[in-house]
Amino acid sequence: MSVLAQTLPADWRDFFALTKPRVMTLVIFTGLCGLLAAPGSIHPVLGFTAILCIALGAGGAAALNQWWESDIDAGMKRTAHRPIPAGRLARIDARDFGIALSAASVGIMGVAIHWLAAVILAISIVYYAVIYTIWLKPRTPQNIVIGGGAGAFPPLIGWIAVTGEITAMPVLLFAIIFFWTPPHFWALALFVQSDYAKVGIPMMPVVRGEKSTRLQIIVYAALLLPLAATPWFIGGTGAIYGIAALALSAAFLMLSVPVAFRTSAPDDPMKPEKRLFAFSIIYLFALFGILVADRVIYGQGYL
Amino acid sequence: MTPEDETELKRRRTSRNYALGGLLVFFVILFYAITIVRIGE
Repeated sequence: MSVLAQTLPADWRDFFALTKPRVMTLVIFTGLCGLLAAPGSIHPVLGFTAILCIALGAGGAAALNQWWESDIDAGMKRTAHRPIPAGRLARIDARDFGIALSAASVGIMGVAIHWLAAVILAISIVYYAVIYTIWLKPRTPQNIVIGGGAGAFPPLIGWIAVTGEITAMPVLLFAIIFFWTPPHFWALALFVQSDYAKVGIPMMPVVRGEKSTRLQIIVYAALLLPLAATPWFIGGTGAIYGIAALALSAAFLMLSVPVAFRTSAPDDPMKPEKRLFAFSIIYLFALFGILVADRVIYGQGYL
Repeated sequence: MTPEDETELKRRRTSRNYALGGLLVFFVILFYAITIVRIGE
């Protein structure tokens, strides 16, 4: 750490970077989709507040994640430039910032929306910052499977902010992201494998080996196919969503086939894995975007 | 502390104050709006 970094206060941009803004775009998007797809209505100011709270909660959890993992981040090329390992921000400041953001998000959600949404938001923060980051990530190669639950909360919370109750549809949205996360993240872990191995994080490719990880990717992709279309099967959405979900999930499954049945060579460019990872992001944005379009089209009686 | 460090310190302090000030104003407006909406419900 340089003398300058030790004596000067951190720049506000470093606090902003702690919230993982790129991950937050997906959190905001899926939360907004849950809110827009839910039956019923919410005042725009309250809807905005609910999404803001989801974003603040995700930002707080991300800050706590980086506070806890600063040593690990310092050892990985992908994360070494983050504010704490780069020496631009004190670890204790990141912890306090994370706690403040998390507490503010839950408090505002409870006061402005309702306490059911606030409690689930609090559970999602604890799930990510404590259960995933502190407890499971360093202990089990199933860390991503269980940790995926943290990323699955936003549409659930967005939906509940409108309806005030937990029904099958928001739970299904939760399940879709839960089952989407392992193939999404393991595709990434396959081509950044050496970094995770270096810092001792038991990622699936490191512990169980590439072959097992590749097979598990296709198993999750196959399970996702019927699961993603279930909202249509139970009558929660129309055919627009149902057919799009089947088509997108079939494409996801097809892209995971070459990943599942190949073995990487030394200095492999890992193109199928990178293609699957890139498509997985498009998949989620498209699936939730079409869900909202479906609800608007059928809800407004256009079809 | 060198003059360059002092200039950087002032710049960071100023930008942090502006960011915090902006955040406070934003939350004042938001809480006002939430209050008006909830009263009307």
